[in-house]
Amino acid sequence: MGFWQFLSTRHQQLLVDAYQHASAVFQCMVIATVIGVLIAVLTYRTEWAGNLAVTTTAAILTVPSLALIGLLIPILGLGVPPTVTALVLYGLLPIVRNAIVGLRGVDASLVEAARGIGMSRTARLLRVELPLAWPPILTGIRVSTQMLMGIAAIAAYASGPGLGNEIFTGIASLGSANALNEVLAGTLGIIVLALAFDAGYVLIGRLTIPRGIRG
Amino acid sequence: MAEAAKAEAGVTAEAGAGPQDERGRSEGRGPGTPGGPASGATIVLENLTKRYPGNPRPAVESVSMEIKAGETVILVGPSGCGKSTTLKMINRLIEPSSGRIRIGDEDVTAIDPVKLRRKVGYAIQSSGLFPHMTVAENIALVPKMVGWGRTRVRDRVEEMLDLVGLDPREFHGRYPRQLSGGQQQRVGVARALAADPPVLLMDEPFGAVDPITRDHLQDELIRLQRDLHKTIVFVTHDFDEAIKLGDRIAVLRERSHIAQFDTPEAILTNPADEFVSGFVGAGAALKRLNLTRVRDVEIADFAAVTVDEPLQSIVELLRAGQHNELLLLDHRRRPYKWLRRGDLLRARGSLARSGTLVTHTVTRDATLRDALEAVLTDSGGRVAVTGRRGEFIGVVDMETLMNSVHEMLEADRLTALEHRHELDQVRTGREQDASPVAGDPGGDGEPPS
Ligand SMILES: Nc1ncnc2c1ncn2[C@@H]1O[C@H](COP(=O)(O)OP(=O)(O)OP(=O)(O)O)[C@@H](O)[C@H]1O
Ligand SMILES: [Mg+2]
Repeated sequence: MGFWQFLSTRHQQLLVDAYQHASAVFQCMVIATVIGVLIAVLTYRTEWAGNLAVTTTAAILTVPSLALIGLLIPILGLGVPPTVTALVLYGLLPIVRNAIVGLRGVDASLVEAARGIGMSRTARLLRVELPLAWPPILTGIRVSTQMLMGIAAIAAYASGPGLGNEIFTGIASLGSANALNEVLAGTLGIIVLALAFDAGYVLIGRLTIPRGIRG
Repeated sequence: MAEAAKAEAGVTAEAGAGPQDERGRSEGRGPGTPGGPASGATIVLENLTKRYPGNPRPAVESVSMEIKAGETVILVGPSGCGKSTTLKMINRLIEPSSGRIRIGDEDVTAIDPVKLRRKVGYAIQSSGLFPHMTVAENIALVPKMVGWGRTRVRDRVEEMLDLVGLDPREFHGRYPRQLSGGQQQRVGVARALAADPPVLLMDEPFGAVDPITRDHLQDELIRLQRDLHKTIVFVTHDFDEAIKLGDRIAVLRERSHIAQFDTPEAILTNPADEFVSGFVGAGAALKRLNLTRVRDVEIADFAAVTVDEPLQSIVELLRAGQHNELLLLDHRRRPYKWLRRGDLLRARGSLARSGTLVTHTVTRDATLRDALEAVLTDSGGRVAVTGRRGEFIGVVDMETLMNSVHEMLEADRLTALEHRHELDQVRTGREQDASPVAGDPGGDGEPPS
């Protein structure tokens, strides 16, 4: 069976997998962003705490994804929970690192000006520091998303959702008629999704980065 | 106009030089007019000290000073002497290690600093505008925080832009990076004043702009202050700026010790010690020019005719021989051209083509320094003085300027001699007194007027 023929007969299944893949990555990114920015906000003021946060999240990233999921299965079981946990953990590093760098990089005289005109700690963070650190944070989110696109495929190992299922089925049945087509379809699907998400981030950047600081 | 405010301030400060007079000036100006802007509040610093951790010597040591309501006080001194630290302790951006701060009737040493800062305007060197907010959003920040309604905030933003000389329609929606340095500073000042605080703290606000813009901004501040009567504490290391803006100047030495706290005139003519005279530095004569206005010197008459005059009578006037030169005025009696005797002949009787255009004029409120500048650049060695609507009043020439400067310097020397004795007394008195200069020792250094 040719690849195009494979696509047309299996498109239903492929679309479902692609949708689940995208949805899993999206949801995990939302969680990772919230947690990552929170960690950064809590730690960027102290030298050691910020460094600890970056080192820890970096350490997580060095664990092979298959191994991490393998370790999570006995604790969380199969399916969605280990997938989400793994993806969120992997997604943290770029966000935490960029958010800390971004927040620390906000011009000290602006922060002092904010204090000087009577902004409270929270107001300063929400109205001055985070908006000014937003461009690097968004870059972190973007990098993180690209990474999770690939890593999410591994989730199929833990019976997770997504295009990884195509790839794993293909690998498991190497030599059979459709094996190569399955691997190819899964991989290409991930690439297409990654490109689509990236385009989405460009749009989000346009919409959310204030004109006054857009490069 | 701006200069007039300063002149007026200078005169009052000279007249009311004792602490007992401190209310005179602001009451005279009628602060707290109902419905008008909130005018200044007294600031009292009592033994303010700041110790930074890890440094046994305090950065600021036991500063006491009283700043009167509606007064502009300049803190000036060498780099690192603690000017900024002292200033920032007033709005508690830096928490004092000990001492008290009172603003108006309130002891603010221990109140919520966020609340305190909303009542104290703050403007800094880099303008401190938030780059991600428009000009309007920046200005609206404090009024919004203190809970003003939407329309009131919007009106206020327009009003403030107007006040600092920026067209609201044009600048409202701009981002800070779309403004020149001087415009950014203006917006910075507008933001600091937006919620109408009685006190305004400024830390080298004009330190980063070019000299000409700085001059404009200073004039602007003087003009604003004449209408607003805020209590302004202004940090600079530029003594000329201090002279120009200050009702009183506090010359600080290391650890913010007050070397002298007095009117600009008194500091120039009677520096308290070597340190102050060193800091005031050379060029005292030139600085003196900054303090004197054209209105204070003799404005000479000068033969002038308007262009409406028939050509024949102009020719007659020149030919009659009394005048070698005439000033030609335009229809509204504004100086237009200098006309020498041969000029008309050379231009074959055409007024339009003869004479030299008047390029510089000064008002009566201009400083002698401006007048000197104009005289030096004018080929005839004189400058035309104009009134409110630009109409011709008279001229000031090089000779007048030289005589005035000589007189002033002579007077200064006399004053200095007369008061050396008194100054010595003040100094011994100060040494006996444990608390450093509070209030105003200036009265002792003043010439009897
Ligand atoms: N955060 C800090 N920690 C330790 N020392 C400080 C700190 N800030 C200022 N100092 C010290 O306090 C002294 C006074 O500093 P300050 O900033 O008030 O000087 P300044 O008079 O404003 O100088 P400049 O004209 O250069 O702005 C300096 O010797 C400085 O080194
Ligand atoms: Mg400073």
